[in-house]
Amino acid sequence: MDKSYLSAENVSYAYPAREDEESFEVLHGVDLGIKKGEFVALLGHNGSGKSTLAKHFNALLLPAGGKVYVDGLDTMDESLKLEIRRRVGLVLQNPDNQLVASVVEEDVAFGPENLGVPPPEIRRRVDDALRAVGMYDYRLNAPYKLSGGQKQRVAIAGIIAMQPDCIVLDEPTAMLDPRGRTEVLDTIHSLNRGKGITIVLITHYMDEAVGADRVVVMDDGRILTQGTPREVFSQVRLLKAHQLDVPQATELVWRLRREGFDLPECALDTAECVAALEKLLPRPQKI
Amino acid sequence: MLSDITLGQYLPGRSLIHRMDPRVKLALTFAFIVFLFVASNFQGLALMVALMLVVLCLSGVPVSQYFKSLKAILFIVLFTAALNLFYGSGRRVWGWKFMQITDGGIGNAIFISVRIVCLILFSSVLTFTTSPTQLTDAMERIMKPLQVLHVKVHEIAMMMTIALRFVPTLLEETDRIMSAQKARGADMESGGLRQRVKSLIPVLIPLFVSSFRRAYDLAMAMECRCYHGGEGRTRMKQLHMTGLDAAAVAVAAVFCAGVVLCAALFPASLH
Repeated sequence: MDKSYLSAENVSYAYPAREDEESFEVLHGVDLGIKKGEFVALLGHNGSGKSTLAKHFNALLLPAGGKVYVDGLDTMDESLKLEIRRRVGLVLQNPDNQLVASVVEEDVAFGPENLGVPPPEIRRRVDDALRAVGMYDYRLNAPYKLSGGQKQRVAIAGIIAMQPDCIVLDEPTAMLDPRGRTEVLDTIHSLNRGKGITIVLITHYMDEAVGADRVVVMDDGRILTQGTPREVFSQVRLLKAHQLDVPQATELVWRLRREGFDLPECALDTAECVAALEKLLPRPQKI
Repeated sequence: MLSDITLGQYLPGRSLIHRMDPRVKLALTFAFIVFLFVASNFQGLALMVALMLVVLCLSGVPVSQYFKSLKAILFIVLFTAALNLFYGSGRRVWGWKFMQITDGGIGNAIFISVRIVCLILFSSVLTFTTSPTQLTDAMERIMKPLQVLHVKVHEIAMMMTIALRFVPTLLEETDRIMSAQKARGADMESGGLRQRVKSLIPVLIPLFVSSFRRAYDLAMAMECRCYHGGEGRTRMKQLHMTGLDAAAVAVAAVFCAGVVLCAALFPASLH
């Protein structure tokens, strides 16, 4: 494997013991490398350790065993913490709880202000970041008047204003309606393509993972399988064995195939599914 | 019902008062309040009232807004006026058994009422023409020298900013929890005061729990955005003092000097 931008080497982590509970190990020796500019989807159901792993990438959590490197910087080094957090931004699930200021543009300015960027430069970055997520027209609004998807885009702008190399998004669409989900996903994809920002998208919606360069599936604190979406989602049997879903289109084609229909091995989205079924069905007679 | 609460009482505008530096506004408001109490006779008070009328006109805020803020304190004004009416000395104007009203008492009642009204109107001008963000910003910068005394100025300002940010969010949440409890048959409208206060408990507990969860999330989000206290922090919006502010300070100084002069020249009006 060539040089990775983010790399986890044999990472294990246990949440510290509480009163009447034993300490709870959630990551058992995870190895993962993510290249610069890559779009990686991290899948897994609740409790699979995907959020815990995400928090290791910007030194919010430190590995109990193993090492995590960001652009070659060791997250265990306390003095590098700010450097690491500037490079890797983390967007959380609840859009309401991550906005600090009562005006959109002031919230976006929060990150660069913390970094001690000179005021005219902050102004420029804030405007750029808001344009990049398509929220420039709302810059003077109060966050509580925005929709969920808009709030989440403002949160993303707040991260972009720090000019990170990589954005990790921890289930950013879990609390949004379908329209908000599309807004956020489109934003993420355009940032990846337009600005070359490395994206790690954590999700349990399989359909969101289809657009990624690489899909990593986690289960019970380990990496279950990884590869291109096509490689991963063609392993329907393996995923099902671990109570994981596949995209709806993939599921339909897989079931029909199991019943003996002559279909390609894997269909990732609706268009592919339709194309596959079209070949199978007789053309309707013109009346 | 809860959702249309406006934050603070800020009324956006472009008037002279709106355009002043919030630090200057804050400092001058404080000075006016002090000088309202320095003024000890009607001559001095008249100067303050005149200044207040000028500021009110310049603020460009509709008069009805000012009446609204006065309505809120009407009771206090009447109450203190009534008390002062009976507790003065001087020539007896009216009396019944042990109660009496003197000309001194009438003077006191008028004097104190005018003082309270001025007090409220001056502070209203500040809150009407300055956005909450500007206000916290100004406070942070004015209190900066206190850092020498180990006052956590930046932290206090940050707390105010966050509190302001979460007021509408928590109001919304309260609304939602109340609906949820009503849907389960909670009765919040009937019963005596005791009963009603008691019925708020099932609203307050979930609200507290969720606030703590929010606080935890927010702290994490702030850490993700490299927050590490006020040290080495810059601000996007710089505050600039202009000629306007200098003029305002000059005018205020003239009036305040006048008040001091009045206090020296004329006898005190309070008995």
